[in-house]
Parts: sequence; C-alpha cells; structure tokens
Amino acid sequence: MHVAIIGNGITGVSAAIRIRQLKPDWKITMISGESDFHFSRPSLMYIYMGHMRYREAKPYENSFWERNDIGLLRDWVLEIDSGAKRLLMHSSDLIYYDKLLIATGSKSNKLGWPGQDLKGVQGLYDLMDLRELHENSEGVKSAVIVGGGLIGIELGEMLHSRGIHVTFLVREDSYWDNVLPAEESALINGLIEQEGMELRLGTELKEIFGDRSGRVRGVETSTGELIDCGIVGLTAGVSPNIDLVRDHEIPTGRGVLVDSGFRTGVEDIYSAGDCAEIVTLGDGRNLIQQVWYTGKMQGKAAGESISGLDTTYEPGVWYNSAKFVNLEYQIYGTVNNAQGTLEIKDEQNLYWEHPNKKHALRLVHDGSKILGINTMGLRYRHRVCEFWIKEKRSVGYVLDNLKEANFDPEFFRRYESEIVGNLKEQQT
Amino acid sequence: MIDARTLDHQYDEENLGFPEPPKAEERKLDIWEKLSLSLVGLGVLIFIVLLFNTPLRGTWLGFILAFAPMVAGGALYFWLSYKNTVPGIKNDGNFYKNITSRGSLGWVAGILMTGFYIVLYWWPQYLEGGVRLVDPSSYAISGAPATHWFLYGFIYTLALIVFGIRMLMRYRGNRYQQIRTLSVMFFQLGFAFILPNVLMLFNQPEYYFSYFWPLKYDYLFPGTVSYLANSPGGFGVFFIFWGLVMSFLAVPVLTYFFGKRWYCSWVCGCGGLAETLGDPWRQLSDKSLKAWRIERWMIHSVLVLIVIVTASLWINSVTQGKVLGEFSGGAAKWYGFFIGAIFSGVVGVGFYPLMGSRVWCRFGCPLAATLGIFQRYFSKFRITTNGGQCMSCGNCSTYCEMGIDVRAYAQKGKNIIRASCVGCGVCSAVCPSGVLKLEGGSFKDRYKGADKPVQAFIDSIKHVP
Ligand SMILES: Cc1cc2nc3c(=O)[nH]c(=O)nc-3n(C[C@H](O)[C@H](O)[C@H](O)COP(=O)(O)OP(=O)(O)OC[C@H]3O[C@@H](n4cnc5c(N)ncnc54)[C@H](O)[C@@H]3O)c2cc1C
Ligand code: SF4
Ligand code: SF4
Repeated sequence: MHVAIIGNGITGVSAAIRIRQLKPDWKITMISGESDFHFSRPSLMYIYMGHMRYREAKPYENSFWERNDIGLLRDWVLEIDSGAKRLLMHSSDLIYYDKLLIATGSKSNKLGWPGQDLKGVQGLYDLMDLRELHENSEGVKSAVIVGGGLIGIELGEMLHSRGIHVTFLVREDSYWDNVLPAEESALINGLIEQEGMELRLGTELKEIFGDRSGRVRGVETSTGELIDCGIVGLTAGVSPNIDLVRDHEIPTGRGVLVDSGFRTGVEDIYSAGDCAEIVTLGDGRNLIQQVWYTGKMQGKAAGESISGLDTTYEPGVWYNSAKFVNLEYQIYGTVNNAQGTLEIKDEQNLYWEHPNKKHALRLVHDGSKILGINTMGLRYRHRVCEFWIKEKRSVGYVLDNLKEANFDPEFFRRYESEIVGNLKEQQT
Repeated sequence: MIDARTLDHQYDEENLGFPEPPKAEERKLDIWEKLSLSLVGLGVLIFIVLLFNTPLRGTWLGFILAFAPMVAGGALYFWLSYKNTVPGIKNDGNFYKNITSRGSLGWVAGILMTGFYIVLYWWPQYLEGGVRLVDPSSYAISGAPATHWFLYGFIYTLALIVFGIRMLMRYRGNRYQQIRTLSVMFFQLGFAFILPNVLMLFNQPEYYFSYFWPLKYDYLFPGTVSYLANSPGGFGVFFIFWGLVMSFLAVPVLTYFFGKRWYCSWVCGCGGLAETLGDPWRQLSDKSLKAWRIERWMIHSVLVLIVIVTASLWINSVTQGKVLGEFSGGAAKWYGFFIGAIFSGVVGVGFYPLMGSRVWCRFGCPLAATLGIFQRYFSKFRITTNGGQCMSCGNCSTYCEMGIDVRAYAQKGKNIIRASCVGCGVCSAVCPSGVLKLEGGSFKDRYKGADKPVQAFIDSIKHVP
C-alpha cells in the first residue's frame, strides 16, 4: 500500500506520523516543493528577526524521517490523475499511489488592487515570501502593510526590527476587530503606536504606484493620502490553496470539500488542514480551519481515516493563542467580535482591563453558562478553561474559581482577586 | 495550475539558510550610551595602566580607579540600552550578531576567556598586577593580602553583578527572571565572596556555604574534614555538619519540592555566572539527540569518578594507605586537574561563546548529576505544557541553555521532565503562545510510571543507549 501526501506542513506530517503508527509496513511518501524537510510556519518571523536560524525552525531532526521510514520528496505536483492513480510531477517521474492526501495549505489573498504585481508587493506565507522579503528589504526605509490580522502584525514587527518604518492600512475602525471585541482591539491599536508603528484605521488601499523599473514607490489610500514606501505587505487573510484541484473532478468550494472523515468526492483521495473545507451536516455552515493545532488534529484524524479506522473529526472547544509584538492573547470558546457578526443567544460580556493596558480578561456567557474566555497579557490554563466551557459551568462558578485557571509563571503578579471583585460588581 | 513563481522555487534552504536581511538604519547610540561605553573603554585603559607598578597600585584610589569606571560604565550601558524599550523578549538579531552567533568576535571572546583561566590556573604569577590592585579590598574583608584566587573571586562577582543588571533590564516584565537573577547575585556576593573572606578575618577556615560535595569535591575529602575538625573555635565542626546536611539532606529534600532549580539557577555560583555573563550565548547549546547521549554518558561518568575518588581517599585514610597505596592521592590530583580545573573552569566558562553558557553544568557537574537524578525520579517539579497550544515554533528549544529539545515534548502536549533542566524559566519566557509553566504538582502524574520511581530509575539504567 502506498500513501502519497502532498504537502509537508503540520497537516501532512501529522497524517504521516499517524499512518506510520497504525500501519508499520505501508509505504509513505510526503511531497513538497517548498522545503526538503518539515518546518514550522509560525517561525518564519523568528528566522527573519534573527531569533533563530532555519534549522531551529524544524521540529524534527533530519534523521527522524528515515528512522520512521517516511519517504520525502522535494518537488511540485503538477496534476493529479485520479483515474490512473498517479501524480504528474514538475521535475521527477510519475508517482503512483494507492491513497492520496491533499494537504496543500493556504495562499495569501490578493484582492485585485491596482499595482499588486509590482516588485516589492508581497504577502507572507512561505519560504518564497521570506526570501522575497529579504530581497525587497534592500535599501528600503518604509513599508505599508495592508490588512490587519495576525500575519499583518507579524510582518510589521519583522520589518520594524530591521529599522523599517511601518504604516498599517486597516479597513476596519480598529485593528482586527472582525475577530476581536472592541476593547481588546483598542489595546492592539495602542500597542502598535507604542512600538513606534503607524496605524491608519478605516482606511483602504486605493492604488499602488511603481517606478520605471517596476518597483513599488508608494501607495494612495482611500482618504487620498500618499505614502512613500519600498515594500507593500498584503496580509488581507489567506484562502485554501486549491490550485492543484480547481479544475478537477474533486469537488471544491472555497476549499477541497471533505466529509468528517476527510474523504473527498473521489475514492481514495483525502484532504485535510488549511486547504480542506469540512462539510458539516449540523448547522449547514461548512468548516474551514486555518491554524496550526487544527492542522495537527485534522492531519491525525485523516491519517486514521486513511489507515481504515472509522474516525469522525470532532473539532472540540475552539481555542487559539497568539502574540501581538509583546502582548499575548488567548481565546477559549466563543467570543464575539466588535462587529457583532456572531449571533450568540442572550450574549452577555464581563470585561476587566488593567489601567496599564497590558492585561485584560473577558468572560462571555448567556446568563447561565460560560461560552467564551479572552485573555490579553494573561496566560490561562487550557485544561481548566476547556473544562468549564464543555461542562457548561455558570459564570458565577467561573468567577469563584478563576484563580485555578491562571497559568502565568511563578512570581508574576496575580490579578484574579482584582478581576473577580470588579466583574462581580459589573454583574450586580 | 501552479504559478511560475512557485515552480521556480528551488532554494537550498538546508545549506544556505536565511542570511541576515538588510537593515534600514542601525539604531544610533544616544549620547549617554556613548558616554557609558566610553567609560568602559577608559576603564579598561586605566586598569591596564594600573596593572604596572605605579604608586597607585595597592591603594584604595587605585582600586577604585581600576574597577569603578568599567563596572559603572557597563551597568549604565545595560540600563540605558533597555530602559526605553517596551518590556518583552529581546532576541532580535541574536543569530546575526557576530559575537552571539559564533562569529569571529565570539571566537575572540572564547579565546580570551579560556586564556584567562589558563593563566589563572597555571601561570598566576602573570596576574600579580591585578592581585596587588585588589589588595586594599582583600585587607578590608579578609585581613590578608590578596591572592590570585581573591582576584578571581572579585572579578567573577563583578561580572555576575554587571551582567545580572543586564539580565534584570532585559527581563523587565518577567518577575520570575528578575527575582531569580537577584537571588544569584545575592548568593554570589554574600555567600561565595564576602562571607568566606570575612571568616578568614576572624581566623576561621575559608568556607563556602553555597558550595558542597560533589561539586566542591574536596569538602568531603578526609584531608579537608580533618583540617576543619581541628580548626580552633568549633566553627569547623559546624562547617562539616553543614556540608553533610547540604549534600545528603538538602539535595533530596529541596529537589523533591522545587526541582534542581533551587540550587542550579537560584543559588549556585557556576550557575549564576552562566545565567548572567553567559546569557548572551545560551542559544548556542547543541540540541541534537547525539549531544544528549554524550551528555548523559559524560556527566554520570564524572559523578562515578568523584564517588570513587572520595571513597578511595577515605579507605586510604582509614587503613592508613595499606590497601590503596598511592592510588587515591594520585586519583584526587588527577580529578582536580582534569575535572576541577580544565573542565569546570577553562572549558566551563571559557567556552560560553562557543558552546553556550552551561557546558560544565550540562556535561560535567557531578552535583548537577545527583540533583538531576532526584529531579527526574523523585520530585514534584515539572514544566507543564498548556494543552494543545504549542505551534512548534522552536523558541523554547533554541533558548534552552541546557540543550533540551523542549519543543519535542511541548508539541506532544507532554510535561517536560528532564534530569538536566535547571529551571531557568527562559523557555517559558520566550514562548509566544504561553505554553510552558514551571511548577510543582502531584508527584504521581508527571510521567508514565511516576508512581514507581525506583522502578523507572532502574529501567532507565537498563536502557542506556
Ligand atoms: C506567517 C504565518 C504565521 C502563522 N502563525 C500561526 C500561529 O502563530 N498560530 C497558529 O495556530 N497558526 C499560525 N499560522 C497558520 C499555520 O501556519 C497554518 O495553519 C498551518 O501551517 C497549515 O498547515 P498545513 O499543513 O495545512 O499547510 P502548509 O503549512 O501550508 O503546508 C502545505 C505545504 O504543501 C506544499 N504544496 C502546496 N501545493 C503543492 C504542490 N502542488 N506540490 C507540492 N507541494 C505543494 C506547500 O508548499 C506547503 O509546504 C501562521 C501562518 C503564517 C503564514
Ligand atoms: S527546559 Fe526551560 S527551564 Fe529547563 S533549563 Fe531549559 S530553558 Fe531552562
Ligand atoms: S516556544 Fe512555545 S509554541 Fe514554540 S515550540 Fe516551544 S512550547 Fe511550542
């Protein structure tokens, strides 16, 4: 039995490792055109900033793959011939598979801005982008980043660390407020300015200008402002990378359509991770998850499914964590954004913020049970938060036991008594 | 269809890596930073001049002139360079800066530091100028002229304090790091420098409360024990008692509750220097499986060695040399030379800029070995992983001075329970997803089989690779 996996990101890797555990004698080939070995995409910024080298960004030693008998191939897949069960490759021979996993990840969105193909205009997703950023930074004094979000602020931090002046153009009225509630989002606004970067809120990109050599020279914003810059970072989100299957018999929507066992519409072809769109039967909304831990969970589940186990993907209580320059952020469960896009029945919020704007906590509930927790500048314990949400603990219970959830390092100042006092006051 | 730009990508990232990107402008030093650095430079010059036999040498004025500008300039510089930054992680450019990435300056620093130790151990006569410079302070606290060991202790303490200030500034916003740094500064200054000298002032044996067997191996040698026992005033007997309590009671009990960090990254002077002067180089420790294998063999061999040497000395002293003859004395000498001097000193500190800050603690220290065995099998301490939050970025592993591949555990959601972890807490500090927490907890749930630690310990010996 030969399993071919397209993509050596966390999804492909998690699947490969799981299949190896379950099927010691199957042949596994993991293919990627991006790198010889799996690396951690979130480390791209740390490589650029000199916190680590590329080799530190690889979660496994090179010998790991051989020891686990997982074959690696550095090449691009050009086409999937699902009839003959083979892959057409860019520079190597055809590959015949018995089962195939498509784990091709995402691609940066390009929204069709005038001038978006000029040199110096780029996104940040892969090693190609990292190299390009390196070239593009040459002689550049200022940069404009279009679109908020996590990758936007990472790119800002990266360029800032090289002494490049950064201006953000953000369509929304506050940073990332299509995900964050208004108060947390306002903390990020303040933080960006504190770090010495500029923020233009409620502002869109109108046009990118180039010079005669085709290099970006500046941008015009929707407010008519002209900003000189040598780099334009486009970080208006990512979409599933379905280049390989767009005009193929494998059904696609925004991503590769799969069931909860990661089977596509074609026999023996599976897809998982950033590129997959899970057709959920329940509430009618399809599920696309584009973060690291979901790639890991989906890859593992897909590996089980490929190995013949009857696995149904259970996303569990949502969580995520990230860092905005120096401010850590965590979310557990459901928290509405500033625009109120999510319709949560009887949504109520309790929010505490330290006057120094470095710590904040939000509890979302519906009058009886806790639905979501947001923290800024506080580390909370995953196990505890997840348990409270899963077990539908009341907000009163959560307040009475809040201390239990703290995960900050020892000797850090604890704010829980202050928080609980404040939030209980808000409640009455 | 896959676009042409993607298909063109054939970069050899394995061998070429990603070199330093261009910088728009170097951050310029402000006037005060320049002044503080000039003060250090001037201080070095004055120091060198005063090494020669000038009338100032041996006076308080000479002493102050020789050290104050360097120390004040250095401390001021570290304070200035971090004070206007937003508290957070300051690792920008660590792998681009020549001196912190094993570049030519790193090698120069390594050679200078190694050279200093070689001179200190084998040609101390060349340090005469420096020794005389610190005479006034030696008279003041120990009542005797300085020796080259006094000079060494003095410089060691100064380095630890100045770089301790760097550490305090660098980790503003992290109280664990700050309190821990204050602790090592306190123990070095008070217990490893002032107190032993003051004891001499009162005609007592020079004794280091913060060091004990098997790190300070001779404290349980029969020679030292009988010398202490016979020293007048009865202090010596107390010292022997203290040493025994530390080696055989404090080690298991405190490690049970706190892990080996109660000593290695909070008290120990070797650890203290590594955590302060050594901090700029912590990322250079080797994280490979191979290094781990070498480490386990080496550090436990040193432990076995010192146990044999100590035991043979006692056998010899009890049997008055009838059983082992010259062997034990010779063995002790060889141990002192190869392990005590070359390994712990020359290599241990001299190689900071090349192999990271904890070469000795990781590969050689027999006390770290015993503390490690207790930490691994008989302790409540662990580093907890916060659920599935790890995104394998590798910051933790990169900045672990002990070369532990922290990520390997974190990405599996497992606790990190390693004999070598000194509990410095830097992995937890640099983790961008808040995944890691050093803590004590139930003894039994730390790892599979934790409820039968003796069995786990025996099994681990059976499976030595
Ligand atoms: C800058 C950045 C920072 C991030 N930070 C975080 C974070 O902090 N936390 C978090 O949870 N998530 C983060 N993410 C998101 C996270 O990295 C992704 O969710 C995750 O990498 C998706 O994994 P994957 O395996 O599905 O896809 P990918 O990692 O994208 O892997 C897909 C691989 O397939 C290869 N491939 C695609 N097409 C072909 C083909 N035709 N032939 C051969 N190979 C092909 C690609 O080159 C790529 O190597 C970040 C993403 C970026 C870009
Ligand atoms: S594992 Fe963490 S706490 Fe332990 S030595 Fe390494 S960096 Fe320090
Ligand atoms: S630093 Fe944190 S997120 Fe990164 S690998 Fe380590 S534990 Fe995981």
